[in-house]
Amino acid sequence: MLLADRTVQGLTVALVVLIAAGFFIPEWMLNQLLFGFSRALAVLGLMVLWRTGLVSFGHALYFGLGAYSVALLQKNWGVTDFFLLLIAGVFVASLVGFLLGFIIRRYRDIFFAMLNLAFSMILYGILVKSEPLGSTDGFAVAQPTFLGVALEGTPGKLALFVALCIFGYFAAVAVQLYLGSTLGRLTTAIRDNDIRVEYLGYSVEQAIHVKYVMSTALTGAAGAFMAMALGQVDPDSMVNWTASGELVFVTILSGPGSVAAPFIGSVIFELLRTYAFELVPYAWQMIVGGTLLLIIFFLPGGVWSLLSRVRGARTES
Amino acid sequence: MDLALTILLDGLVFSSYLFIVSVGLTIIFGVMKILNVTHGSFYAWGAYVAAFLISTLAEAGWPDWIGFLAIFAAAIAVGVVLGLILERVILQHMYHRDEVLIVLATFGTFLVLEDVILLLFGVDPYFAYQPMALLGSVEIAGIFRDNYSLSLIGLAVVVAAVCWAGLTRTKWGKLLTAVIYDREISEAMGIDVTRVYIVTFVLGAILGALGGAYIAPTVSVAPGFGIDVIVLSFAVVVIGGMGSIPGALIGALAVGIARAFAVHQYPQVELFVIYAVMALVLVFRPEGLFAPAKARKI
Repeated sequence: MLLADRTVQGLTVALVVLIAAGFFIPEWMLNQLLFGFSRALAVLGLMVLWRTGLVSFGHALYFGLGAYSVALLQKNWGVTDFFLLLIAGVFVASLVGFLLGFIIRRYRDIFFAMLNLAFSMILYGILVKSEPLGSTDGFAVAQPTFLGVALEGTPGKLALFVALCIFGYFAAVAVQLYLGSTLGRLTTAIRDNDIRVEYLGYSVEQAIHVKYVMSTALTGAAGAFMAMALGQVDPDSMVNWTASGELVFVTILSGPGSVAAPFIGSVIFELLRTYAFELVPYAWQMIVGGTLLLIIFFLPGGVWSLLSRVRGARTES
Repeated sequence: MDLALTILLDGLVFSSYLFIVSVGLTIIFGVMKILNVTHGSFYAWGAYVAAFLISTLAEAGWPDWIGFLAIFAAAIAVGVVLGLILERVILQHMYHRDEVLIVLATFGTFLVLEDVILLLFGVDPYFAYQPMALLGSVEIAGIFRDNYSLSLIGLAVVVAAVCWAGLTRTKWGKLLTAVIYDREISEAMGIDVTRVYIVTFVLGAILGALGGAYIAPTVSVAPGFGIDVIVLSFAVVVIGGMGSIPGALIGALAVGIARAFAVHQYPQVELFVIYAVMALVLVFRPEGLFAPAKARKI
C-alpha cells in the first residue's frame, strides 16, 4: 500500500536523485538546498496546520528553540554529535509545543495566530535581553560531527545534506501517511466546521493538539538543521515575528497541495531571496512582498497548483 | 516615592505613545475585521515624511514652531495617500477572503512599503529635533523630563476624546457602530458600507501616521522603524480587546506602566513583560479585556 502511493514513489525517486546530485553540484547550490530544505521542514509542519484552517504567526518560537538547543548544547556542554543535537532540538521544541498545545488547541482563526505570536515574542524578549543566551548577536555554531567522525568544510556540508534529505524524506512520508489516516482526514472536516466534527464523536481539540505537536517537532528539526547549516543562530532572523512571517509566506508560496510542495517552495524562496538581494539590495523585500501579494491574488493554491495544472493539461491531451 | 513617580510618569508617556499608535489599528479591526500589518508602514511613513519636512524646513530658515504643523500635515498626507491606495488597490478585493489571508496580504504590502521607504529616503537616518528643542524641559518633584514627551500625554487625551465623541455623538459614529455590529443589515438599511470602509481605513491610517510623525523628533528615524511597532500595537490591541477603543486605552496603560516598571526595576525583562501580559490576557480572556463575547455560527 505504501509503495503504491504515487506521492511516496515520487519522493523516493527525488531522494535518490537529490543525494546523487549532492556529490556533483557546486557548493553555493548545496548551501541553497541546505537552507531551503531546512526551512521546508517547518513549512511542512505549518502546512498540516493550514489544511485545518489554522495559521500560526509564532512558529519562529519552535524554530528558535530548535536552533538555540543546538547552539547552547554545543557551547555549554561541548556536544557536537549531529544525532544528539538534532534529537535535542526536536525534543525541546516538541515538548514546549506539547505543553503550550493544551492552551493553544482551544483557539481558532486570528486568536490562534495571535496567541502563537505572543508566545514567540516572549522567547524573543528573553533572548534579546539575556547576555548568557547571546543577546542580539546570537552565537556561532560549529559544524557537527557524525558519530565521532569530524568532517570539515564541503564534506561536512555534504554529510549534513544527505542527512537532511533522508530526514526530510521520512518526515514527508510520515505526514503523507498521517494525512491519509482517519485522524488526518479529519483535517479538512475541522476546517470546514469543527462543531459538526464534535457532534460526529471526534475530539477536535485532541486532533488539533496532535497536529500542533507534529508541526512543532518539524519546526524544531528545521531550526536545528538551519543552525547547523548556517553555522549561526541569532534572535532577529530566527525568533522575531518577521521570521514567523517568513515561514507563513513560504507556506502560502508552496501551497497545500502535496507534502512535496514545501520542499519546492522553500528552495524557490531561498533562490528568490538570494538573487533579489544580489540584484537589488534595497528592494529585495519589495520583491518578496510583491510575490506574496501576487500569489494571494492569482495563485491561491501556491506553486504546487501551477505544477499540477501543467501536469493535468498534459494528461488531458 | 521618587521611583514610583518616575515609573508613573514614564509609564504615562509610553502609554500615551502606545495609545496613539494602536488606536488606528483597533478602529480598522473593529469596523473592517482586518488585522492590519501595514499599520507599521503608516507609522514609519509618517515618521519619515515628518522628519524630512521638519529638517528641510529648518534648513530653509523657517521658525521652529512650523515643525508642529509639519507633523500634522505629514500624518494627514501619508494617511490619505497610502490609506486610499491600499484600500482601493488591494484590500477592496480581499473582503470576501479568509481573515488570515488578509493579514498576509497586508504583510506583503508592508514588505513592499518598507523598501519604497529605502528607495525614496535612502538608508541614512533622519533627525528632526527642532520641535523637541523648542519646548524645553521641566522639573517635576526633582525629576527632569522634556516637555515634548509630556505633550504626548496631552495628544493622547485629545485623540481619545475625539474618537469617543466622534463615535458616540455624531451621525457618522452611529453609522459606524451599525456597520460594526452587522455589515449585511447595515447595507440593507441603505448605509454605503464601501464609503464607511474607505473613511475608516483612511482615518486609521492617519492615526498610525500621526503616531510615527509625532514620535519622529524624539528619535533618529532609520530603516526598520516600523517593525517593532507592529507587534507592540498588536499586543496593546489584543490586551484591550480587538476593535474596542476604551480597550486600546486600557491596553496601552497596562503595557506602558508594566514596561516602565520593568525598565526601572528589572531591565532584562523589559520586552518579556509586554508579551507575557499579552499571552496571559489571551489565555484567560481571549476576546480581550473589553470586547463583548460573540456567538459562534454553527
